[in-house]
Amino acid sequence: MLTEEEKTEIEEHLAALPVRRSGCIDALNVVQRHRRWVSDESVRDIAAFLGMTPDEVDSVATFYSLIFRRPVGRHAILLCDSASCWIMGQENLLDLLEKRLGIGLGQTTEDDRFTLLSVACLGACDRAPALMIDDDLYGPVGAETLDGILERYE
Amino acid sequence: MMERPLTQHIVPNREPLSAEEYEKVGGYGAVRKILGGIAPQDVTRMVKDSGLRGRGGAGFPTGLKWGFVPMGDAAPRPKYLAVNGDEMEPGTFKDRVLLEGNPHLLLEGILVVSYATQLDTAFVFLRAEYKLAAARMRQAIGEAYARGWLGKNILGSGFSLDVHVHTSAGRYICGEETGMINSLEGRRAAPRAKPPFPPVVGLWGKPTVTNNVETLCCVPSIVVNGPQWFKNLSRGDDGGTKLYGVSGKVKRPGAWELPMGTTVREILEEHAGGMRDGLSLRGFLPGGASTDFLTDAHLDVKMDFASIEKAGSRLGTGTTIVLDDETCPVGLVLNLTRFFAQESCGWCTPCREGLPWLASILSDLENGQGRASDLKILEEHTRLLGPGNTYCALAPGAMEPIASALKHFREDFERHLRGKRCPWRSAG
Repeated sequence: MLTEEEKTEIEEHLAALPVRRSGCIDALNVVQRHRRWVSDESVRDIAAFLGMTPDEVDSVATFYSLIFRRPVGRHAILLCDSASCWIMGQENLLDLLEKRLGIGLGQTTEDDRFTLLSVACLGACDRAPALMIDDDLYGPVGAETLDGILERYE
Repeated sequence: MMERPLTQHIVPNREPLSAEEYEKVGGYGAVRKILGGIAPQDVTRMVKDSGLRGRGGAGFPTGLKWGFVPMGDAAPRPKYLAVNGDEMEPGTFKDRVLLEGNPHLLLEGILVVSYATQLDTAFVFLRAEYKLAAARMRQAIGEAYARGWLGKNILGSGFSLDVHVHTSAGRYICGEETGMINSLEGRRAAPRAKPPFPPVVGLWGKPTVTNNVETLCCVPSIVVNGPQWFKNLSRGDDGGTKLYGVSGKVKRPGAWELPMGTTVREILEEHAGGMRDGLSLRGFLPGGASTDFLTDAHLDVKMDFASIEKAGSRLGTGTTIVLDDETCPVGLVLNLTRFFAQESCGWCTPCREGLPWLASILSDLENGQGRASDLKILEEHTRLLGPGNTYCALAPGAMEPIASALKHFREDFERHLRGKRCPWRSAG
């Protein structure tokens, strides 16, 4: 079930759109913001709310890389893996992250604290290598700064 | 002093100007001027005369695009604007500077194009990761409504405009104009067949202008100072200034507003501070991931559309990725090709099937498992996935760094083949 709060937020987006189903990505974003990820149940709820079939909603949800269709931890780490960051040492940063967190790309720490994901160019090429945690952008990130950054997220 | 219409009011590490502060430094002057009695078609003519070409990558003449929108009482309504702030081209971070630094300048540009094409509603399409940009844009829109720059009957002119922010959820293909339109309609961002082109049939089947963030930020100064002033800012044939960026192993990566047509050398050496100590330049991608490599033989080329094209590449987004001599060119091309393979929308076969295959061949080469026939296969595919064979420009763009790397760095590919390993990686 969508909460009243989720419904209200989705309706705010719909007010700008001439067609209800055009709010599909907005609705997915709203639900994910509240629940961290989008479950099968949420896909069905969004479909009913927008007058779409669940398959239609899922075809959109699975297209967009930042809609999570599997559970993620409390904080998502998005590590940029594009050209400028790769030149500036992204492979070393990934090694470092995997060692610190004890997980690989696509995995979540046992305490549910972090999920480690790669992301296409973050548009922070002047601060490479860069990563985002939740809404926060960091760069350049190296061995000397990584621990201090991770500590900010419980 | 050099004129910097795009960044003159941006102070690094400070909050952007509020609507009130922006007005005090002359902001929204273009809106006052046009609503005070310039006909919409005359605004479009000014932009045509200014020589402004789109800053999103393709360089289409902006005024010409606006001129395709049906005008008059018989035109379909509502008409829309989709502002492209997807900025996902690897190496590109210029629109972020503008969105975060002066959102009211973008709103002023939005008002100008909306008046010129008499459109009703604008959507600012922002990539998911631009959280700060989205927050600042929403704040600025709120201020602009409160001070009467947006909404109904702006300045008592009878002209009305609504602006909304749409935050996306990932995928490079959203930056393709018809992919963006599908995404704004809540669909998968697969590009649409063209024609019809968006200015005639776009969002929800209605006329839709699509413009890049930087393009629209150029527009207010054209209206205020005139097309000739804008042309004179440039050192080449294309008008205006350009927000150039440099990333890679240079001393000072960053973005700078400079006259259009500034040379590669001046940008790399004076503004980016040259290569880091001990490194030398092997080549560079002048305008993002989907542009051809150029080399140190091209340092005196002007960074404008015509000059870069003559040198064998494209200006693209005007943000340069530098390849140094301690970075493997094959590894870099592999990184770029993996990106394009991952970001293909999967709609048409050459792109969906071809790009992963090329990534796999490049991966074998980089890992010392290449075959003698691989370079020929790569070369063939730069033609098979080139212009005319795919639905949109993604795959042809992906071929540009491969084709040019095979030309400029052929010996490096062959060293991988001969030595059965990457010479840049330590043995063992």
